[in-house]
Amino acid sequence: MSFSLSQHLLILPILLPLICGALLAPFTQGAHRMKFGLAYASVLGQLAVALMLMLRTDSGAGNTGIGVYLAANWSAPFGIALMADRLSALMLLLTSVLALAALHYAMQRWSRIGVHFHPLFQFLLMGINGAFLTHDLFNLFVFFEVMLAASYGLVLHGYNAERLRASMQYIAVNLAAALLFLLGTSLIYATTGTLNMADLAARIGAMPLENSGLLKLGVTVLVLAFLVKGAMWPLGFWLPTTYAAASPPVAAMLVLMTKVGAYVILRLWLLLFSDGTNAGFGFDALLWGGMATIVFGAAGMLSTDSAGRMAGYSATISSGTLLAVIGYGQPSLVTAGLYYLIGSTLAVAAFLLLIELIDRIRSPSAAMLALTMEAWAVDDSEPDDSPNEPRGRGVPAAMAFLSVAFAACALMIAGLPPLSGFVAKFGMFHALLNPEGEVIRRAGWVLMALVFVSGLIAIISMLRFGVRTFWAAQVVTPPRLHLSEVAPVTLLLLLSVAMTVQARPLFDYLGRASADIHRPANYIERVLHEPAVPGPAAQGATP
Amino acid sequence: MNLVIAMAIGIVFGSGIWLLLRPRSFQVLTGLMLMSYAVNLFIFIMGRVWLDKAPFTPAGKAIDPAQLADPLPQALVLTAIVIGFATTALYLVVMIGARGLTGTDHVDGEEPEV
Repeated sequence: MSFSLSQHLLILPILLPLICGALLAPFTQGAHRMKFGLAYASVLGQLAVALMLMLRTDSGAGNTGIGVYLAANWSAPFGIALMADRLSALMLLLTSVLALAALHYAMQRWSRIGVHFHPLFQFLLMGINGAFLTHDLFNLFVFFEVMLAASYGLVLHGYNAERLRASMQYIAVNLAAALLFLLGTSLIYATTGTLNMADLAARIGAMPLENSGLLKLGVTVLVLAFLVKGAMWPLGFWLPTTYAAASPPVAAMLVLMTKVGAYVILRLWLLLFSDGTNAGFGFDALLWGGMATIVFGAAGMLSTDSAGRMAGYSATISSGTLLAVIGYGQPSLVTAGLYYLIGSTLAVAAFLLLIELIDRIRSPSAAMLALTMEAWAVDDSEPDDSPNEPRGRGVPAAMAFLSVAFAACALMIAGLPPLSGFVAKFGMFHALLNPEGEVIRRAGWVLMALVFVSGLIAIISMLRFGVRTFWAAQVVTPPRLHLSEVAPVTLLLLLSVAMTVQARPLFDYLGRASADIHRPANYIERVLHEPAVPGPAAQGATP
Repeated sequence: MNLVIAMAIGIVFGSGIWLLLRPRSFQVLTGLMLMSYAVNLFIFIMGRVWLDKAPFTPAGKAIDPAQLADPLPQALVLTAIVIGFATTALYLVVMIGARGLTGTDHVDGEEPEV
């Protein structure tokens, strides 16, 4: 029992940001350093916990690599169970890395305008971490709402008309989606009498086919809520507008929130419908819906000029690819899909952070921001005042950094060698071309063609933007970049390079994660048989 | 009884959808509220319609689940009400902010061209 000693580790990714956010909430103005330090410590703590969970789940061979935490010590089908396996540990790690980058980026400017950036950011992390860890449908709803409520506040951060307009739609869409979530959950409870995912999987696997109509209706309504979050084609029109409007560190975190939708679908679908009498339900809908999303994202990417919307559409493409990969229903493809998930999240997040820095080339004064900063009395005097570089003599360091970082982002989003985007697409093609024992399905060819064409379109529109910004710009003033803004972008890009170099061990790990989630029997066995800790009365009786 | 409740929920939810598709933000908000009422009722009804069943276990008796109302949907609906209430309040604030900043209560933040 490798988990019994420090079992409370599992609830730390939820408790840490909750406590930190609650501590930060009373502070309104000033004390920026203290607030930032506390928030930073919390994120670092989450990073450490995620790493430890990853090591534990990966080494716990005798324990099938699944850690279970029974909240309030109710044994599994009755209370709320938290569950960590390789996949959720990986997602926790991705969350904390992105949070670290976004928070660091926000240090100099964004966290100082507006009063409640830090608490909202922590509550957002709490919601995301909770959604990755929980093994109970209604609890998932609660964590989704925590995440969404925090994100409503964060999208509005740096209050202007554009953000308000985007928020109106973002909030309305997500409130409606939350209602669908509730409808689906209650239908599932009405038909099966349980909300614990493992228990649900056991009951659905044994449910006779002719009785499962209402249940399937419930699951379909439920999954619509995740598809809104994951921006599948007819449900994802809110995404580009919101991404383009949100402030950069917030937009970087929003990229992760679409992946939460994909993660929940992956986990839930493989758990509920990969075994038993109702196996295979809905996979085709995910596959074709995902492919329609790729087409929509690619078309949007071609049609837009604004970098923010381009990033939004590339997130749509990556969401669509993931959904199609899940719907294809082949374990080796899911492995490559997970690699793609990590790589594309890092790339799009880095791109969203980069956009603001690139924008400073065109409008060095950043008039709008300066005005807001003044209103909040933020001291913008930078310690390392960069001197005015003479024109025509070499490329200023800031410009060199921006163009190299932009090129790296473009390569990753488009999936060209040598960075991680290429490895991911290569892995997916390899899995599609080597099906398990049968001929390649027609949908497989269509998917490959779509992934290929969407990569081509991505590189065309990224090139167009890059040429216009870096080569064809009329007046180029080297922008002033602060180290705290350069460092997170560099970190995300270096991580992507590391993913490419260490592709083999990473693919091995993801292969194990994918094999785990394709065996729902393990979860049913492990979660339902987790013993509750004996109460103090029982312990007191022994001495 | 079941039919009456089902129709009531359906009518409230349908009115909510109609209001949600209207162009003014207050109508959208009202629509969302109506829909959330309908959903709350729906969750509650998912514990089945029973009459004269005790919500608690009588003390000192053997427990027979068939004699009791299902407590779980009640707990769920309570949570859903609280969360729905909070998010609706938040939407109201955003709505007022948008009205002040854009000068119109159209959901797009601008009046459509006639």
